Amino acid sequence: MRGPLKLQPKMKSKSVPLQEGYNFAYLDEGTKRMIRRTLLKAIAIPGHQIPFGSREMPLPLGWGTGGIQITAALIGPDDILKVIDQGADDTTNAISIKKLFVKTTGVQITERTEKATLIQTRHRIPETPLKEGQVIIYQVPIPEPLRFLEPREPETRKMHALADYGLMYVKLYEDISTHGRIATAFMYPVLVHHRYIASPSPIPRFDNPKMDRMPALQLFGAGREKRIYAIPPYTTVKSLDFEDYPFEIEKWDQQCALCGSRESYLDEIIKDDQGGRLFVCSDTDYCQQRREKGKNASPSEVVAMKAVRRKKGDETT
Amino acid sequence: MIFSKEPLLKVMGMTKYFGDRVGCRDISFELWPGEVLGIVGESGSGKTTLLNTLSYHLEPTRGIILYWSEQQGLVDLGQLSESQIRYLMRTEWGMVRQNPREGLRMRVSAGANIGERLMALGVRHYGRIRKEVQKWLERVEIDTDRANDLPETFSGGMLQRLQIARNLVTQPRLVLMDEPTGGLDVSVQARLLDLLRALVAEFNLSLIVVTHDLAVVRLLTHRLLVMRHGEIVESGLTDQLLDDPHHPYTQLLVSSVIQV
Repeated sequence: MRGPLKLQPKMKSKSVPLQEGYNFAYLDEGTKRMIRRTLLKAIAIPGHQIPFGSREMPLPLGWGTGGIQITAALIGPDDILKVIDQGADDTTNAISIKKLFVKTTGVQITERTEKATLIQTRHRIPETPLKEGQVIIYQVPIPEPLRFLEPREPETRKMHALADYGLMYVKLYEDISTHGRIATAFMYPVLVHHRYIASPSPIPRFDNPKMDRMPALQLFGAGREKRIYAIPPYTTVKSLDFEDYPFEIEKWDQQCALCGSRESYLDEIIKDDQGGRLFVCSDTDYCQQRREKGKNASPSEVVAMKAVRRKKGDETT
Repeated sequence: MIFSKEPLLKVMGMTKYFGDRVGCRDISFELWPGEVLGIVGESGSGKTTLLNTLSYHLEPTRGIILYWSEQQGLVDLGQLSESQIRYLMRTEWGMVRQNPREGLRMRVSAGANIGERLMALGVRHYGRIRKEVQKWLERVEIDTDRANDLPETFSGGMLQRLQIARNLVTQPRLVLMDEPTGGLDVSVQARLLDLLRALVAEFNLSLIVVTHDLAVVRLLTHRLLVMRHGEIVESGLTDQLLDDPHHPYTQLLVSSVIQV
């Protein structure tokens, strides 16, 4: 996000040393410039997919190489990076991406949503509302929302060009006639700025309303498919629906077993072999902050926490 | 048949080349509302090219296609933008393909196939779409409880009827059909022809039917064009033309029909 870098930034992470011999943020400056130009174009045409010269990354395709390349093109030494995977800061994908950037940039890493300047995400939008000046970068596996219905790329491009979107509704129609409701739970298609239909990446439809008029800049990168698209701040984003079957988000009759939240997106976790299960926030940072602010945990919550820790294989949370 | 002052479609000197090869050459004819026009000829004679060019799936090399649109009055297809052509094709025109698998979406249910055109026109009310689906399934004699089944589970005749319903749901005025009875057994063919005749009468529909089956031509069409090597060699009223063919090729065609 800042000008060309002259000096290597100061080491901020204690555990991982800065890797010698790599350019800042791994990609060379020419590639970063190319990606930034693509991003400008994408921001100028909200929701429209722009092709870009996706590079080979040290992480395999499918691990968020599109998002990683955008992050690499934007990150500067003063940025504070947060990476989440399914809402969690401490899962394999998030850890690997964070390691890459710590090794090649030395930037500060945070788990706090409100502290981050760049947030790279797979499958979730944080529960804490994003602010102006923040950038959220989505990892996108399939950028074309019409792909499953129309496999021909020239045809889908034409459909976008002519705003010929009847086919998208065919999918919703199928959902209602099979399930009695719109059952698309993730990658729920949205209409951006009254013009282009875009895929919100595989976030749950619970997160779709957060995209509408979001103060932060939203960028989407698909590495394998070589596409970038964007939603500028305060852009109208509408989830598609029928008049008699309006868009709805998921609801739970449970609350988070750890922080008691009734507003956040919940993951279901199997507790034991007897079919015991509990629900916890998928956004680990949100859950953690609520617990820190809130009262001491009750005995039942302690049990729940232990189960979650065992499940996630994490001793430090 | 309702008589009108203007034809529905007027084709003048339509020509399509594929590089040096001729697809169809100097095709001129008029089509009137409620009229069924047959196009016959051996395979490779340019029948399908003619249909594809007519519907602007292929752009003609030369020639003018005029269409009297219900909404826009007289239009020259060559002057329309691609989005206008698409709009026309899904409101006032229909296209029934020989292989229903090309004309249908095989991966979505029968109901969605029928509803697609409505949704493309901006109908956003599930209940209303569903009602139309039921109505059209009944009209083409498919059990309404098959609405949620995939076309894969349908027989050949049902697929073809489904394809017709999918096209007629927006009540087009002109439907182009490429061998609509191809590959169907005789009794199913007969039912399909019955259905088409009823639909033509009910909606004052104009049809252009490409076929090589002279029995279909005799039963369904009012007027006939005979094509060979991409050109029209003879045209006239169907009965007249079949009973008294003038061009040697038409004579050959008529005499080649196997009498049972």
